[in-house]
Amino acid sequence: MGLSVDIKLALKGFSLEVAHAFELGGITALFGASGAGKSLLLRVIAGLEDGAEGQVSFNDEPWQGRGRFVETAKRGVGYVFQDSRLFTHLDVAGNLRFAAKRSGSKAFDTVVKTLDLQPLLSRQVTALSGGEKQRVAIGRTLLSEPRLLLMDEPLAALDHARKTRLLPYIARLPEAFGLPVIYVTHSVEEVTRLADRMVVLANGQVLAGGGVAETLARLDIAEASGKFEAGSVVRAVVIAQNERFRLTEMLVAGQALSMPASVVKIGAELRLRIRARDVAIALRRPEGLSIRNVLRGQILELEQEAETAFAELLLDIGGGQQLRARITRASVAELEIVVGDSVFALVKSVSFDRRALPKG
Amino acid sequence: MSWPDLAPLWLSVQLAGVTTVLLLIVGTPLAWWLATTRARMRPFIEALTAMPLVLPPTVLGFYFLILFNPNSTIGGLWRDATGETLTFSFSGLVLASALYSLPFMVQPLQTAFEAVGRGPMEAAASLRASRLDAFFSVAVPMARRGFLTGIVLSFAHTIGEFGVVLMVGGNIPGQTRVISIAIYEQVEVLDYAQAHALSAILLVFSFTVLLLVYTLNRRAPVRVG
Repeated sequence: MGLSVDIKLALKGFSLEVAHAFELGGITALFGASGAGKSLLLRVIAGLEDGAEGQVSFNDEPWQGRGRFVETAKRGVGYVFQDSRLFTHLDVAGNLRFAAKRSGSKAFDTVVKTLDLQPLLSRQVTALSGGEKQRVAIGRTLLSEPRLLLMDEPLAALDHARKTRLLPYIARLPEAFGLPVIYVTHSVEEVTRLADRMVVLANGQVLAGGGVAETLARLDIAEASGKFEAGSVVRAVVIAQNERFRLTEMLVAGQALSMPASVVKIGAELRLRIRARDVAIALRRPEGLSIRNVLRGQILELEQEAETAFAELLLDIGGGQQLRARITRASVAELEIVVGDSVFALVKSVSFDRRALPKG
Repeated sequence: MSWPDLAPLWLSVQLAGVTTVLLLIVGTPLAWWLATTRARMRPFIEALTAMPLVLPPTVLGFYFLILFNPNSTIGGLWRDATGETLTFSFSGLVLASALYSLPFMVQPLQTAFEAVGRGPMEAAASLRASRLDAFFSVAVPMARRGFLTGIVLSFAHTIGEFGVVLMVGGNIPGQTRVISIAIYEQVEVLDYAQAHALSAILLVFSFTVLLLVYTLNRRAPVRVG
C-alpha cells in the first residue's frame, strides 16, 4: 500500500513542495515544527486545497493530476481535525449516524464499543469535553469507512492527562480497523508512542522518512527542524524486576540498563526514548558516580555545531542499535574524541514507551 | 361601525407569502455564493443587493414601472408569454416586492452561512457527503436562525410595503389593492373608522408574528435528525 505525492502549493509567504512516496501501514507520523507545512500537506492529500499543483495517487489510483481532481467526498479519506469539527446541530449519535448513513457502515456498535462512546450517545456535542469531542470525531470518521485515515494533531488541544487517556485508543486503530493512518504531530513523545514510520517536514519540504528509530537517530534532522528534541529510540527486553530498589532491569543490545520500576512482564520487548541531552560521554567506565546506566559504544558520527556550544554524537551500541548524545564542543576537544573511538555513554534519564514493539 | 373589507389584508398576506417563497429560492443560492466566493466582483454584487435598503421606494418603483412597461423589453416579453401586463398586476407586484425585499432575505442568510464557515463543510466532505448533500444536511440546519430571520423580515417587509406598490401596482381591488394602499385610500376619503380597523389588524398581526419568531428563536436549538 502506498500514497504517492508530488505537489507544489504556493501561499502568501510560504510554499509547500513535497515529492514523497508514503509507505503506508500502521501509523505514519508526519512530523515537524509548527509552520513546517504538515497540516497543509494533509489537506492536500485529502483534496481540501484546490490550489495545489501536481499529482497525488493512492494505491495507483489517481486522486489528482493531469487535469483530474477527485473531490474529497470521493477519495475515501477520513480526516480527524484538530478542532474536531462536530456538527453542532446533531447530538453525538446523530454525528455518528451522519457518517454511517453515507458509507453504509455496519460497524456502529463496534466503533461505539472500541471508543467507549456509549455513555455519550445522547449528549449534545457542545456539552462534551475536549477529549470526548475528539473520541466522537474519531468514531465518526471511522464510521465513514475510510481507506486512509488522516489525523491532524488530534491531541494538540488537550491537556496532558486527556492526551495520555486518548493515546491508547489511537494506537489501536490500525489493527482494529485495518486502516493505515497518517498522523500529524510536533511531539516526539507522540511519535515514539504511536508511530511505526515517520516523515519529517521542515519549511514545506520533506527532510527524511523511514522507520521511527532510524529517522530519529539521524543527526541532520535535529538542526533542520528547530524545535525538535534530539534523541534516539532503542529496543529493550525486560529481564528482571528488582523489588528491593524498585527498579526494572533490562537489556539493550546485550548491555544492562535499569529504570524506576514499571508494571511490565519479564521478557517483554519495549521501546525506550533517550534524549540526546541526557547522554554524557566518558572515555573509561566511570566509578564513584551516581549514574548507573552506562552503555559501551563506538562513535559513528560526530557533528560540531559551529554556531552553538554543542556537538552531537551518534554511537553504535551494538545489535544494530544507535544512541545519540549531545555534549559541548569544549568536552569534545578536552576528551579528544574522534569518529571510530570507543566510549562509554552515561544515560541520565530514560523515558519509557508502554507499547510493545511489533514482532518481526 | 361596519366590519372592514378584509380583502386587502388577505391580498397582502398572499403577496408576502409568494414573495418570501420566491426569495427563499433565489436568495439562498445568492447568499451562499456571497458567503463562500473569493471572486473579485463580490463587493459589486453585495452593493447591488443592498441597494433597496437605501433607495426610496418611489425611485425603485419608478424604475420598475419603466422596466415592466409592456413597451419595454422585459414587460413586452412577459406580456407575450403570459398575456397580461407586469404593471398593475399581481405578478408585477411579486417581482417588484422580491427585488425590494431582497436584502432582507440575503443579508441574514449570508451572515448565517459565513458563521457556519468552511470547517463543517470540509468535515462533511471528509465523511463522503457531496457538496449538495453537505449544503442541505449541514449548512442549512446550522444556518436555521438565519433562515428564520430572513423569512420573517422578508414577509414583514413585504406586508408593510407601500411606495413600490403604489408606483407599480396602483389600486385595483383583488389585484394590487394591498392593505397599506387600502388604508391610504380610506384616510384620503376621511373614512377613519375603516382606516382604524385595518391599521389595528395590521398592528396586532405584525406584533403577533414578531413575538412568535422571537419566542421560537429564544428556545434551545432545535435538534434535527
